[in-house]
Amino acid sequence: MIHNEKSGDFKPVIVGAGPAGIRAAQTLLRYGLRPTVIDESPLWGGQIYRQPPAQFVRTKKDLYGFESSRADSLHRGMAEILDQIDYQPDTLVWNAQDQQLDTLRSGRTLTVNYSHLIVATGATDRVLPFSGWTLPGVFSLGGSQVALKYQGCAIGSRIIFMGTGPLLYLVAYQYARAGANVLAVLDTSKLTDQIAAVPAMFAQPALLAKGVYYYSWLLSHGVRLCHDVEPLRALGDDRVSSIVWRDTKGEQTLECDAVGFGYALRSETQLADILGARFQFDIPQRQHLPVRDDLGRSSVPGVYLAGDGAGIMGADSAELAGELAAFALISDTKILKLTQSDILRITEIQSLQSKSKKFRAGLERAFTFPEQWGKQAPDDLIVCRCEEITAGEIRKAVVELGATEINRVKAFTRVGMGRCQSRMCGAAAAEIIAQTTGLDISEVGRLRGQAPIKPIPFVTDVQVVPDVIRGAP
Amino acid sequence: MTKYIGTDVVVVGGGIVGSSAALALRQMNIPVMVIERDLCGVHSSGVNYGGVRRQGRPLSQLALSSRAHEIWGRLSSLIGIDGEYLRSGHLKIARSQSDLVSLETYRNQTLAYGMDLQMLDASELRRRYPWLGQRAVGGSFCPEDGHANPRLVSPAFAAAAKRAGADIREHTRVDHTEHDGENFKIITNSGLQVRSKFLLNCAGAWSGKIATQFGEPVPMESIHPVMVVTEPMPSFMHLSLGVEGGGVYARQAPSGNCVIGGSRGFALDEMRARPSRDAINLVLQQTVELLPTLRHAHIIRSWSGTEGSLPDRQPVIGKSLTTPGLIHGFGFSGAGFQIGPAVGEVLAELVRDGYSHTPIDAFSINRFSLHS
Repeated sequence: MIHNEKSGDFKPVIVGAGPAGIRAAQTLLRYGLRPTVIDESPLWGGQIYRQPPAQFVRTKKDLYGFESSRADSLHRGMAEILDQIDYQPDTLVWNAQDQQLDTLRSGRTLTVNYSHLIVATGATDRVLPFSGWTLPGVFSLGGSQVALKYQGCAIGSRIIFMGTGPLLYLVAYQYARAGANVLAVLDTSKLTDQIAAVPAMFAQPALLAKGVYYYSWLLSHGVRLCHDVEPLRALGDDRVSSIVWRDTKGEQTLECDAVGFGYALRSETQLADILGARFQFDIPQRQHLPVRDDLGRSSVPGVYLAGDGAGIMGADSAELAGELAAFALISDTKILKLTQSDILRITEIQSLQSKSKKFRAGLERAFTFPEQWGKQAPDDLIVCRCEEITAGEIRKAVVELGATEINRVKAFTRVGMGRCQSRMCGAAAAEIIAQTTGLDISEVGRLRGQAPIKPIPFVTDVQVVPDVIRGAP
Repeated sequence: MTKYIGTDVVVVGGGIVGSSAALALRQMNIPVMVIERDLCGVHSSGVNYGGVRRQGRPLSQLALSSRAHEIWGRLSSLIGIDGEYLRSGHLKIARSQSDLVSLETYRNQTLAYGMDLQMLDASELRRRYPWLGQRAVGGSFCPEDGHANPRLVSPAFAAAAKRAGADIREHTRVDHTEHDGENFKIITNSGLQVRSKFLLNCAGAWSGKIATQFGEPVPMESIHPVMVVTEPMPSFMHLSLGVEGGGVYARQAPSGNCVIGGSRGFALDEMRARPSRDAINLVLQQTVELLPTLRHAHIIRSWSGTEGSLPDRQPVIGKSLTTPGLIHGFGFSGAGFQIGPAVGEVLAELVRDGYSHTPIDAFSINRFSLHS
């Protein structure tokens, strides 16, 4: 560890203890900076390497499969530095203002000062609803994975996975390996696109091999794999009892008692937004993302972005991005100097990242976003389940009230105003607006971020730490 | 490429005041253009608390406010939607004997305005409103005041004006205005050059610029009231609730969400504002005392806006003293939503007749010019 009497002037804070946050913390610590790491979960690891409660006994191999050594390395890495950092688990960052974060922990709000901030807020499922998606037994893919990984339980006993994206096959595989009866994987993408994407994915042969392995494993274990699927509806009274879809063979129905669905991931960008970061529309990810430079600096001095929260790049890339953001922070202190080997490491990481980008491009090709979804969504489809707003109501706000911008549509219809704060419905609402107005998806606007980032209770115990940090940028 | 247009009246600002003025002018068959920098009703008019309240206004506003009350009564026929407007009653509670005396005094002074204020003692409050916190020692209830949804109502005034023939130009910024002694020339960023006999200054927090340009500077500042909303709760509170002497105020929307206002946010820039940490924390702390029912509720959103405020917290309504044809309607200091539609009608009368029967002398811009 490099000792520097000045390093005490800095108070770096990392939001998120997933792959990016953990690697950032380790890197800062090597330079004598003791970060505060704030995380919503009770244990570190993030969504992908989420740790089960202590009394659970499944092995890492069971939980994380091929990724178990990576998971183990991260978990251990964090465990080793716990006593040197200020680790705040079970803590929600719900607002930011004036170089301070507002956090909530055990019913208490507390402000946390920072001189530098690494935002590693991760991602959630991108949801494109289908008729019947609000029935009990229908889960998001990420939710299905959390149930298995964290709680050790399956979402049902006869399960269909549907949607598209790498997570689709991974979750299906994890469920089947864990002994669940996975009936089918219904992919909205075309098999021909997946084959065409293979050359690009050779940029990361190991990841490609894993994907091919999941696919082959599912195929050889009798799981029905369908492509070019158009999900039509989930049927059921008290719970989903079957899925109806259309593919090249026509309309099909399959009975089941649970469905996991999703269309890849969307970045959790609310904190970056509240911090004032500049955003730009990202065409492949169909989302406005905070702008960052090669090392992860946002447009706001002292605020760095790493991991899937700033654009979906996957867990391996998130680890590297966490390290880079820490390097950027260290050199921005102007007092600490990066070692020669770390300067070389930056070049090494950047070359790895560019491979990762090529691979992502392959993934985008293999799991294409279903652009026709907006057109296909029936008028009576509930898009916003919190407020029960249908696709038809959104279209009506466009056609009859002349709203063409998503915040205006929100004002007129309530779409995105509910508890989920548009996490579930925002992407879908934007697609419907684009389809109805004829505008490109990049032109329908961005829902403005607001505090609280997630719902918070009325609490009476409010503590504001008033002192101002020295060394702030 | 400049486009030349002539009209009788240009309204700068498509908030509830400008839009209802445009609607009233069209009902008088007078040609009017509304120039709105953003979208109609997105600033203070659309993001305020939604109180539709006469109770508590200064006496000088009550004639205008009574007129507005009548307009709100026929809202759906006027703008084509109900705007979630409810005549639910407005309860103002007192937390001390002296506050209760203030409420009684107010009631006695305003008997002529037909608000039918009812004084309630502590036991009557408990009987009628068992969900109310314990600190109230009494209150004053105005049965026909209420609340509405501003993000629906204010744009609907603009839409109604448009249907009635107003020329509404959104996303259009006024870059230059001048008066040649006879007519106004207004130049916009979209290459529009408009000539008009009248110019209505209804630009909310940004009205000061126009007033200053015509030699009538006003000491206006921007304020940023903060609103917080809970997740939907079972319906328990029909009325709109305020506290004598200030503090948080609350209403429950038909969707079950409770809207709670209080304190002030801060400006992000000239156009945008955000709730401050202090404001949210204040609402978090004070709400449960006022409404114990919300003890286990979550807040899911917060927002603020940009509103023009004057030192005496009274608006400027009336003709310019320097420029013929210039008419002001701005500076509502956080209380323009209810009276907005009446102000619109008054401004239209000033255009058509040169005067209005509704007394507005108290709001003349000369109260600032005399002291400068």
